[in-house]
Amino acid sequence: MEHDAIISFQNVSKHFGKVKAVDHASFDIQRGEFFSLLGPSGCGKTTLLRMVAGFEMPSSGEIFLDGQPMSVSPPNRRPVNMVFQNYAIFPHLDVRGNIAFGMRKSGLSKGDLNKRIDEVLELIKLPGYGSRGADELSGGQRQRVALARALIKQPKVLLLDEPLGALDKKLREQMQIELRQLQQQLGITFLFVTHDQEEALTLSDRIAVMSEGEVLEIAAPSQLYESPSSRFVADFIGTMNFFEGAVTANTANKMTIATRVLGEVHTMCEKSFPVGSEVWVAIRPEKFRPEFTSPARDTDSIEGRMGPSAYLGDRSHFYVHIANRDDPVLVALQNLEGSLDQLSRPDQPVWLGWSEDAIVVLAKD
Amino acid sequence: MNTNRPWWRPDGFYIYAVLYLTFIYLPVLFLPLFSFNNSKYIAFPLKGFTLKWYEAMINNPPILNALMNSIKIGLIVAILSTIFGLLAAKAVTRYRMPGRGPVVGFIMIPLVIPEIILGISLLILLSLANIPLSLLTVGFAHLLLCVPFSMLVLVSRMEGFDKSMEEAGLDLGENAWMTFWRVTFPIVLPGIIASLLLTFTISFDEFVLAFFLSSIEQTLPVYIWSSLRFPSKLPSTLALGAAIFMASFIVVTFAEWIRRRGVRLDSTSGI
Repeated sequence: MEHDAIISFQNVSKHFGKVKAVDHASFDIQRGEFFSLLGPSGCGKTTLLRMVAGFEMPSSGEIFLDGQPMSVSPPNRRPVNMVFQNYAIFPHLDVRGNIAFGMRKSGLSKGDLNKRIDEVLELIKLPGYGSRGADELSGGQRQRVALARALIKQPKVLLLDEPLGALDKKLREQMQIELRQLQQQLGITFLFVTHDQEEALTLSDRIAVMSEGEVLEIAAPSQLYESPSSRFVADFIGTMNFFEGAVTANTANKMTIATRVLGEVHTMCEKSFPVGSEVWVAIRPEKFRPEFTSPARDTDSIEGRMGPSAYLGDRSHFYVHIANRDDPVLVALQNLEGSLDQLSRPDQPVWLGWSEDAIVVLAKD
Repeated sequence: MNTNRPWWRPDGFYIYAVLYLTFIYLPVLFLPLFSFNNSKYIAFPLKGFTLKWYEAMINNPPILNALMNSIKIGLIVAILSTIFGLLAAKAVTRYRMPGRGPVVGFIMIPLVIPEIILGISLLILLSLANIPLSLLTVGFAHLLLCVPFSMLVLVSRMEGFDKSMEEAGLDLGENAWMTFWRVTFPIVLPGIIASLLLTFTISFDEFVLAFFLSSIEQTLPVYIWSSLRFPSKLPSTLALGAAIFMASFIVVTFAEWIRRRGVRLDSTSGI
């Protein structure tokens, strides 16, 4: 166990009947970290969060919170608080009543408590909203009240269960920034559950990618995106083009991989594979450099024909048909100067170039 | 719907609605009408306005005694069946318990068993067990009858609000009991009031069970039934009926107001 771990999962499993919701999760979350659990629905991320809150008990294994085993303490005794997916604002209480709910045993005098509530209302940018009823709040305001209600308890870890899912895109992006600022300002550890990979990348210090109850990889956002460790992670975070290949040479830290589609590919790779192993060569759509004239002989590139394209405003996606490959390759280009539609015609020949560090090599399983 | 149509040129549905309401309420309105009629006989033409039947009702100890019996039983049954209904509703909607289906089925059985069967079986049981008939036995039978109604009302109320509200209560440091008082109870309160009113009403006008299981002390419906044989007693019974009708009207209006308030509070929990 890392020295400054605030939460430590040790071999935690949870079964619902025959379904394994969480399978032998073992990892630590550092104090003060913004940590996200990311995965498709049903991957076990919410179950893991609910086990930290105490609403579910692990079938086996133990969760340590600040060094204390949690299996013996009920939800109301745990120094964590939760922001629920639908906020769970109490409809029979006003904003002040909601925020004060958890402070009954705080020992604060009425005046001090009111002062604390005003401070928290200030913090979540809803000063003067104390006497509003729950039905007089917008989605974003409810979300803030749910945050305030949890934060006033000064939890060791704030648990957030897809809190931004119900908000529209603009508001969601604004709340992401505010959440991040709030977390840095308060220094509280945030454990955040989401299925939105973009959201996880934006907010987190580290992300645990989960699938079918298993934690596949834990890494910083840039590392997850730039050098994922498995095909699932590479595919789930962003989009990725995969090419089959086999390692033909491996000297020093330079690998040569023979692929049917891209020809011979060279890469400097952190992860080394022995000669003869079957691998996936993966390239992100934005790492291709498209050119409409034949490039110099010695650069890595492949010729294709322009397929359908999609204009997305800030960038364009277009598909390129390449010989020996059924699926077209996806290429993304920033629309720095006009859109791509103006640059290309369907069926026009195009050369896709890449650099060695654009290549990610993944084990084929 | 065409709301611009003038009221003096009604369409088919309008006429249907008026006929329907007339058919339902006209007989009921005869009750207060004849309670003010200055005649022993329930027949037209009306003889003149009088309050003497109301006076007779007030000066008639047996009728007031029966009324008090019904109110007493109704109140106790309403409170007890609502408590049991609430506990059952909480168990059924919040816990994964073994044998849930059969248990719910058994609680609901009195809803479908004809009251006369229920009455006879209870009568046989009580006489076998040598338990003397009294208001207590009537109350017990009413409890049996009312718990399923109460449970139905409260289960729908409990299912209607988000379980994460209760989890939030626990999460914010309250134990299960305090979470119940501070979160669950206020949210289901409209359902509790609805259940109290419903079960009181059911007990108050229940006849078959009360007839089978009471002895000398009668409930109001049983008293009214027995007084039907004496025409001289009938008008003051009508006066009582009219008074009860007015009281129920007020109570039901109040209940509906509470229910609507509850619905309005609910709409806030949706997003």
